[in-house]
Amino acid sequence: MRAAAAKAILVLEDGLALEGRSFGRQGETTGEVVFNTALCGYQEVLTDPSYAGQIVTMTYPHIGNYGVNLEDTESVRPQVAGFVVREASTRASSWRASGELHRYLDEAGVVGISEVDTRLLTRHLRTVGAKRGVISTLTADREQLAGQARSSRSMIGLDLAREVTCAEPFRYAVAAAGADPFRVVAYDFGMKQNILRMLAASGCDVTVVPATTPAADVLARDPDGVFLSNGPGDPEPCAYAVEASREIMERRVPLFGICLGHQILGLACGGRTFKLKFGHRGANHPVKNLRTGQVEVTSQNHGFSVDPALFDQPEFELTHLNLNDGTVEGFRHRELPVTSVQYHPEASPGPHDSHYLFADFVQMMRSHRQVRA
Amino acid sequence: MPRDLSIQSVLVIGSGPIVIGQACEFDYSGTQAIKVLKKEGLRVSLVNSNPATIMTDPEYADATYVEPLTPEVLETILERERPDAVLPTVGGQTALNLAVELSRRGVLDRLGIRLIGASRRAVEVGEDRRLFKEAMTRIGLDLPKSGFARSLAEARRVLDLTGLPAVIRPSFTMGGTGGGIVYNAEEFEEAVSRGLDLSPMHEILIEESVVGWKEYELEVMRDRADNFVVICSIENFDPMGIHTGDSVTVAPAQTLTDREYQAMRNASRLIIREVGVETGGSNIQFAVDPRTGRMVVIEMNPRVSRSSALASKATGFPIAKIAALLAIGYHLDEIQNDITRVTPACFEPVLDYVVVKIPRWAFEKFRDASPLLGTQMKSVGEVMAIGRTFKEALQKGLRGLEIGASGFSRSDLDDTRIKEKLLTPDPDRIFYVKRALDLGWAHDEINRMTGIDPWFLDQIQQIVDMETRISNLGGAAPRPPDPPLASRESIPLRSQPAAVATGGASPGGLAAETLRQAKRYGFSDARLAQLAGLGTRESDLRARRIAAGIVPVFKRVDTCAAEFVSHTPYLYSTYESECEAEPTGRRKVMILGSGPNRIGQGIEFDYCCCHASFAFREEGYETIMVNCNPETVSTDYDTSDRLYFEPLTFEDVMNVVELEKPDGVVIQFGGQTPLKLALPLFRAGVNILGTSPDAIDLAEDRKRFSALLRELDIPQPESGTATSLEEAKAVAARIGYPVLVRPSYVLGGRAMAIVYDDKRLEGYVREAVLASPEHPILVDRFLEDAYEVDVDAVGDGERVVIGGVLQHIEEAGVHSGDSAMVLPTYKISAPHLETIRRYTRRLGLALGVRGLMNVQYAIKDDVIYVLEVNPRASRTTPFVSKATGVALAKVAARVMAGRSLADQGLTDDLTVDRFFVKESVFPFLKLTGSDILLGPEMKSTGEVMGISEDFGMAFAKSQSAAGFTIPTSGTVFISVNDFDKKGVLPMARDLRALGFRILATRGTAEFLEEHGVAIETVYKVNEGRPNCVDLIKSGQIDIIFNTPLGLESHYDDGAIRKSATLHGVLVVTTLTAAAATVLAVKALRERSPDVASLQEIHRGVAERA
Ligand SMILES: Nc1ncnc2c1ncn2[C@@H]1O[C@H](COP(=O)(O)OP(=O)(O)O)[C@@H](O)[C@H]1O
Ligand SMILES: Nc1ncnc2c1ncn2[C@@H]1O[C@H](COP(=O)(O)OP(=O)(O)O)[C@@H](O)[C@H]1O
Ligand SMILES: [Mg+2]
Ligand SMILES: [Mg+2]
Repeated sequence: MRAAAAKAILVLEDGLALEGRSFGRQGETTGEVVFNTALCGYQEVLTDPSYAGQIVTMTYPHIGNYGVNLEDTESVRPQVAGFVVREASTRASSWRASGELHRYLDEAGVVGISEVDTRLLTRHLRTVGAKRGVISTLTADREQLAGQARSSRSMIGLDLAREVTCAEPFRYAVAAAGADPFRVVAYDFGMKQNILRMLAASGCDVTVVPATTPAADVLARDPDGVFLSNGPGDPEPCAYAVEASREIMERRVPLFGICLGHQILGLACGGRTFKLKFGHRGANHPVKNLRTGQVEVTSQNHGFSVDPALFDQPEFELTHLNLNDGTVEGFRHRELPVTSVQYHPEASPGPHDSHYLFADFVQMMRSHRQVRA
Repeated sequence: MPRDLSIQSVLVIGSGPIVIGQACEFDYSGTQAIKVLKKEGLRVSLVNSNPATIMTDPEYADATYVEPLTPEVLETILERERPDAVLPTVGGQTALNLAVELSRRGVLDRLGIRLIGASRRAVEVGEDRRLFKEAMTRIGLDLPKSGFARSLAEARRVLDLTGLPAVIRPSFTMGGTGGGIVYNAEEFEEAVSRGLDLSPMHEILIEESVVGWKEYELEVMRDRADNFVVICSIENFDPMGIHTGDSVTVAPAQTLTDREYQAMRNASRLIIREVGVETGGSNIQFAVDPRTGRMVVIEMNPRVSRSSALASKATGFPIAKIAALLAIGYHLDEIQNDITRVTPACFEPVLDYVVVKIPRWAFEKFRDASPLLGTQMKSVGEVMAIGRTFKEALQKGLRGLEIGASGFSRSDLDDTRIKEKLLTPDPDRIFYVKRALDLGWAHDEINRMTGIDPWFLDQIQQIVDMETRISNLGGAAPRPPDPPLASRESIPLRSQPAAVATGGASPGGLAAETLRQAKRYGFSDARLAQLAGLGTRESDLRARRIAAGIVPVFKRVDTCAAEFVSHTPYLYSTYESECEAEPTGRRKVMILGSGPNRIGQGIEFDYCCCHASFAFREEGYETIMVNCNPETVSTDYDTSDRLYFEPLTFEDVMNVVELEKPDGVVIQFGGQTPLKLALPLFRAGVNILGTSPDAIDLAEDRKRFSALLRELDIPQPESGTATSLEEAKAVAARIGYPVLVRPSYVLGGRAMAIVYDDKRLEGYVREAVLASPEHPILVDRFLEDAYEVDVDAVGDGERVVIGGVLQHIEEAGVHSGDSAMVLPTYKISAPHLETIRRYTRRLGLALGVRGLMNVQYAIKDDVIYVLEVNPRASRTTPFVSKATGVALAKVAARVMAGRSLADQGLTDDLTVDRFFVKESVFPFLKLTGSDILLGPEMKSTGEVMGISEDFGMAFAKSQSAAGFTIPTSGTVFISVNDFDKKGVLPMARDLRALGFRILATRGTAEFLEEHGVAIETVYKVNEGRPNCVDLIKSGQIDIIFNTPLGLESHYDDGAIRKSATLHGVLVVTTLTAAAATVLAVKALRERSPDVASLQEIHRGVAERA
């Protein structure tokens, strides 16, 4: 019989306390508690930089079934602030598995908790909205932990992109890129690996630059297009990126944004963003492409959203709509080569219904080249 | 795009009788489709030969045809109805094949009728493995390597490609029979020749075997705008090699990374497009190599299926309902998700629980059939369980099976056979896997032998570890299970709360924390008590648990893992912190369902439960359904106000009772399952509605019942009860052989046998005692060739109204569930009928029946004997209701709600104005090796109804509905025992006069010739060739009359019947049925079958009344 793991507790700022067992590293961690409804793909979720500063709850009860492997990573290491599950698997089963999830978390220093009524937690977050929380294996003092949660930093106004972006520009190996690849500069606000893989696969030669890179430096590289990546936190404090995007847009360089990149573009276009009650996190969100009438089942991970007031300005077109709650999922500029989507066309985890958007971006760059020529 | 207005009327095709592989999941899908199409304002007509279904209730469709599912009949119906479209995708493969046939015959074009849901091409590509293979190759998907062969030589060449082991699939055999996996050269050679022999076109498909690979199913949907969603992924616990229908399956998939899952999803999207399913659901099966991840496509079903019913129940997403809406033009994003009410149906459900399905088999009834599991489905039912973890769901499922296991509690496993059981799977495999883990076998070893994924093994290991922990704490070795609470150690019938009823030893040293952990793992109280040892009883443990505050909570199935509010109380129990049940303060009744389908307890009882629910709702009650069978209409969250998807055990039912505190519990409609719970629930202080538990006990307890009959002065076959062999012999000696022996309290005549002497009695007793340890053996005088009659009646305490008196075609001795029946009776004298009615009333009043009752009588030498009284809904309730147009189950429910029969305007016995014949359908084809002889053991899985003004035609229609064509000319083969020779003579004469050629075996031939019937003699199997079996094979025989030649020459007629079954030739095994068959032949020669809708028929009756 396996020895039962140490006790652990999760306490939210509003006092909700759930006892469980330690999972991964023992210790204490703080973050915004959010839930993700994807049935599989936990390793991609853990390593997605957009989750920086967040304690992620998986709503599916069995987590760790196929262990972890070397391929299914969205960045070099787990990025979540903490991890909450109903039951942590004690046996990894997959021909690709290189290890067990609990060890992986322990080695990466991720504090987690298992044996929790994650459905209760999810219902709570759905009702009261995302809350800050603490996971601790050090103390069971609920008052103290709730206090810690309350005094921890809030997502609103929080610029996390700065923390997770790359230190130096780097070039992404262009395996698939053809003879005359499209030169793309990608702003890294916490970019998922699969976006790079997808860009490369669609024939782009990508240079990744830090979040705070001024537009001038980017334009100096004479790119065919600029990409604004996904990332964690609140878009509003990223004034530097908003500013840069605006300049690039004015120079009519094709722009494509995903998730945080989409929100930053929204702001650059003079729109506003707001925080959703508990966000969208999962792999089953129906999004309607208003230009084709097709519905895409999409992968999502965001807590903020672009205010539809943006479309009071005639030059902007709403291209993608969330069918669950009617929020903005994508827009384009009617004259300028600017498109963006709130969700994750690169999926990973999630359905591949929206891969076409990368081809669209390439198409946009191609026609832009012709204009220039 | 909203609804396609060019479709104003639709014909829905049902799936016909319940057979292995096509059960009541199609009643569920069909009913959903009809309901929603009506709601959309279409005119809906329905054809289905199965009267036990909800969908054939006259109030659903506008025109309901309970008619044979043959192209001819369908053509006639289409001529009458002229619908704009035919929807064949909710009626299983039966409906698809019919639709294709109608299209091939040009009927649809001629009448300008469209096929919706699936095109003819889609159906053909889905069904024809050659076309399917081509399609998959076109879209670049991988399949097992395979090739077709028409000769052994060709087969050998294909083998070079596939290698051994290989899968052999004869093309177009009945029910896909003759397929299987071969592991070596000689198995291959013989399988090939048998396959070629069986296939009507002498062709077989030889496929690379992927035995042991992981097996997956995706339930997907697509609409006209090419929107595509995956509703559910299912992983088979039992890997490739065991039919998904015979596998323990789990939703969602457990051991796929997102990469592999998305690859499967992408493939599914390509497949449904390529096959050309424009609208609706499909089931797509994949196999994955656990070593390399290579993924191959196995098959796709372009329709709703057993798995899609499971997926609907597992996710809360009603696939069939949505499919019907897509078929009439809607797009997925235009349809709302009923459960959230705010989000569209165009999404992919997510689960925050685990669903486990476990099949239920019936091999105990087919002792000569091989119980080994393979690529041919053999199970007759299934149970579904929901838990927060796999462990919890699995253990809930095991106790929900009702096979006497309260979890992994079986103590009858043979440790010396573990290896064999792991290598050659049969229904016990999962128990042996667990046993192997008990004994510390290495997971790798078990995985090598079974292919079961290590993750699943690890889960069961955790259960094993917990058991060890508990028995250690309990300080005692596990002792055999204590008698279920249903057992009747003559406990006083005073109602008393469970806690008081307990006492006895405390459950070992079981600490509250461990107990709680164990409950979270899904252990039942009964199993924990057994593990705790020290004489702990379930009731002790239960009391201790409740005292420790360890009680379950209920969570909702909501399609979205709690992301949105659920408006649908579809609940399951689990041991967590938050309860979401939110019971109301309304007047409410709880209805107990009938659990997994099994032979003897199937769809008929689900029909009754649904009716009870509808009636109580009409009476202003909130209705609460408790059941665990995913195939059913009763477990549709639309059927009752609240649905609890739970096993039907005392513990699980009490959990719901204690939460909901219903005004009453209804146990009368779900067959024997809830009936068994009557006493324990009553003793726990639950208010049982309708007939009192005491009266139920009175009817079920032979001793008490015999006393009652003596009192009422109603004859009963002499009988006695025995708890030992000596007693049994004594009883037999007293009443004289032959005797009928059986254990008490079983449905479907399980372990019942006609015994002719002491020697066989001895043999039987040994078995029977195993069959049901907690009950004595019953010994009755066996009434040889007596007429048998079934009576269905309803009572309210003051009055008993008889719904119908059905006469069995076969004589007593053939189980009432198996014999053909006719309403009204056709061979019973008026005085006898009167007596039967009188007895029935007397019994009903004496028992104080409030609700339904079924009585079985046998008439011998002008004496009418009562065989048994079932104080509950019976198998024939729906049949009688369809015939008379009076929904008896509803009437009964209203009685329980306090409305007298007079109140309901029901004071006279019901009548019918034509003949309604019920014929049973048997699984002999699927359970190869089993003999088709009928006896007191029920063997049929389903039933059909034949309706006509004259008996002969009604019988003819029942036969064609059951899948047999009664020839109007041709060759009859007669081989009957001496006893029947005289009886068969007039039939032979008649058939001869009708121009039939008559063949007979020597004995029968001589007799018939002596009496001047011109016949030809044929060899018996052992007399030379060509013998009768050769003639059957070469299709030279059209009907067979063959009554058993007694135990001695069994071999010969065994062979005759088996080959006849394989070649679909009608075999009549009793004289009475033979006589009916002759009448049918006559009727068919006079005119072609007539069709009429139930609505027309009932209108007729109403007008006459
Ligand atoms: N190539 C194969 N190798 C091993 N097992 C197979 C193979 N093909 C099918 N099976 C097994 O046989 C079962 C039935 O096969 P399937 O093609 O699904 O026919 P059906 O139409 O009866 O469902 C499958 O569930 C699977 O377990
Ligand atoms: N005494 C008897 N003589 C002849 N046949 C009998 C007798 N008792 C039962 N049978 C036959 O056995 C069948 C099953 O018996 P029954 O008492 O109805 O058991 P079950 O509870 O399985 O319905 C009956 O339908 C009848 O055909
Ligand atoms: Mg199949
Ligand atoms: Mg009976």
